[in-house]
Amino acid sequence: MDKMNVLEFEQSIAKLDHTIQQLEKAAARENRPDATAEIAALQAERDALFQQFFSRLDAWDEVLLSRHVERPYTLDYISRITEDFIELHGDRLFGDDGAMVGGMATIGGKPVVIIGQQKGRDLKERQKRNFGYAKPEGYRKALRLMQMAERFGHPVVTLVDTPGADSNVPSEERGIGEAIARNLREMSGLKTPIVSVIIGEGGSGGALGIAVADRVLMLEHAIYSVIAPEGCAAIIWRDPARGADAAKAMRVTAKDALALKLIDEVLPEPMGGAHRDLETTANTLREALIQHLATLQEISIKELTRQRYSRLRSMARIKE
Amino acid sequence: MPDWFRRRSDKQSNGEEANTPVNSAKAIPEGAFTKCAKCGTILYSKDFLRDLKVCSKCGYHHRLTAEERIAFTVDENSFVERDRMFFADDPLNFPDYATKLEQGGKTGRNDGLVTGTARINGNLCAIGIADFGWGRLAGTMGSVMGEKFVRLADFAIEKHLPVVLFAASGGARMQEGLLGLMQMAKTSAAIQQLAEAKIPYIVILTDPTTGGALASFASLGDVIYAEPGATVAFAGDRVAQQAQTHKPPANYKTAEFYFDHGLVDKIVSRKDLPSILGRTLSFFARGMGARPAMPSDAREAA
Repeated sequence: MDKMNVLEFEQSIAKLDHTIQQLEKAAARENRPDATAEIAALQAERDALFQQFFSRLDAWDEVLLSRHVERPYTLDYISRITEDFIELHGDRLFGDDGAMVGGMATIGGKPVVIIGQQKGRDLKERQKRNFGYAKPEGYRKALRLMQMAERFGHPVVTLVDTPGADSNVPSEERGIGEAIARNLREMSGLKTPIVSVIIGEGGSGGALGIAVADRVLMLEHAIYSVIAPEGCAAIIWRDPARGADAAKAMRVTAKDALALKLIDEVLPEPMGGAHRDLETTANTLREALIQHLATLQEISIKELTRQRYSRLRSMARIKE
Repeated sequence: MPDWFRRRSDKQSNGEEANTPVNSAKAIPEGAFTKCAKCGTILYSKDFLRDLKVCSKCGYHHRLTAEERIAFTVDENSFVERDRMFFADDPLNFPDYATKLEQGGKTGRNDGLVTGTARINGNLCAIGIADFGWGRLAGTMGSVMGEKFVRLADFAIEKHLPVVLFAASGGARMQEGLLGLMQMAKTSAAIQQLAEAKIPYIVILTDPTTGGALASFASLGDVIYAEPGATVAFAGDRVAQQAQTHKPPANYKTAEFYFDHGLVDKIVSRKDLPSILGRTLSFFARGMGARPAMPSDAREAA
């Protein structure tokens, strides 16, 4: 399949949508009730096209969908699933990272600390958000907020959407590896419930750095990967263009992660992907969070952290 | 130039070959001379071994096999290996992975991480030693490495032994996909268990320690030492995904760079490691003896 196939596919959908719209307008203007049948037929054609395409998505299609320019980002969800979000800034050590957002909010009336990587829509915001590549201060801000949640007995929700952690010189200088490592260790023992949702790109250590949790969920067209498919292809075949092969070999889709029992649930997206119906997707996410948080809050903290460790402890495929 | 000489240097000009395991006992018959993998100086093999595979000219610390590391670091005959009898699976049927595992298996070991117990200058410890060359998998961390690490931590907690870990790894093992990534969380969680049990965890960063290893177990030592000149980096050269927006300094991605930025406690030459590690272990042992680990529950109740 062609590298650009998702976009090409969407172009043919857009063409049909345009024709339907024109017809609808014309029908209204010229008072032509007979156009209804024609419109219905076109809509059926459009839906069939969707069905056809989405019934045979391969791993690379999922990669492209997870990176889709219109894909909803963390703040799109936060504004819809929480009631009164107050964003909190800074790691109290160095600065504030635009690629990592977080703060206090309520979901279904219950207080939570919610954190996630944030990508940008336009050039200016993309620069501010560093394309979703979080820096050490981002991971340290996330940890600060998580420990605040722990202190006051509130659960933590994280939304994961990053191509990976930032690896520029200043991030190496400030210990990006240490910042992620510390989060992994601290989250494994955090004395409050944690639910993580991969909403777009779950890019390697940069994703995992906020995704050690009691429940890990993935949106249907999100991906979760040990290394970017292009990076894997560069190492294995010395050809970054073979990302599609690498995506397939590494099994990066939500379905794969569930089959490998490394996540708990796949949240369905509307036909065509989350960006085609943000409200419905946000509602699915909100309902799932309310349900999982309610379940986790029934468990004693001691038992919760024990279960979290034993969950991590069991992640191995070995032959004895 | 005599023939035998040229043959040896041709072989050694390939960086990877220069680091292939050379059993200390067998090294000399293979060639009386060894070429430094860094500066190219021709060294007398006998001297090179005596110098613990450190180039006498440029100081480059050559990569070691686990056997060599044991021979150069721990008290003679004190090493007892653990957890040799489980093996990597190939859950994703990843291209070429089975072949690489088979190749690694020929060394008689189940993974690049060798674990066990040993004494260092008389101090008993649980020890893990990463062997970068194993299976040509760049010391990457898959299920077996993660599992060996965690079992070593479990054992250390049970026996109340400090943990010493020689790191050398390219990161999480992509041939195991997401399962490889999860070993980062798994090993870090085990270190949290060590911390809660008040078990000291000492890391030595050796060439090279990068990626997912640096972003998990290698960065979480109570004390972090590093060998001089070792490559230490979050982003290895082959995974530079982003255009660099800043000009890197000359010692970028080395142990010294990490030391300069407060991320490493001390750079320690190979010849000084047994003594420094011995003193470090002895420091912690005195604490461990005088004030046994307090159960975290008791602390919470207080």
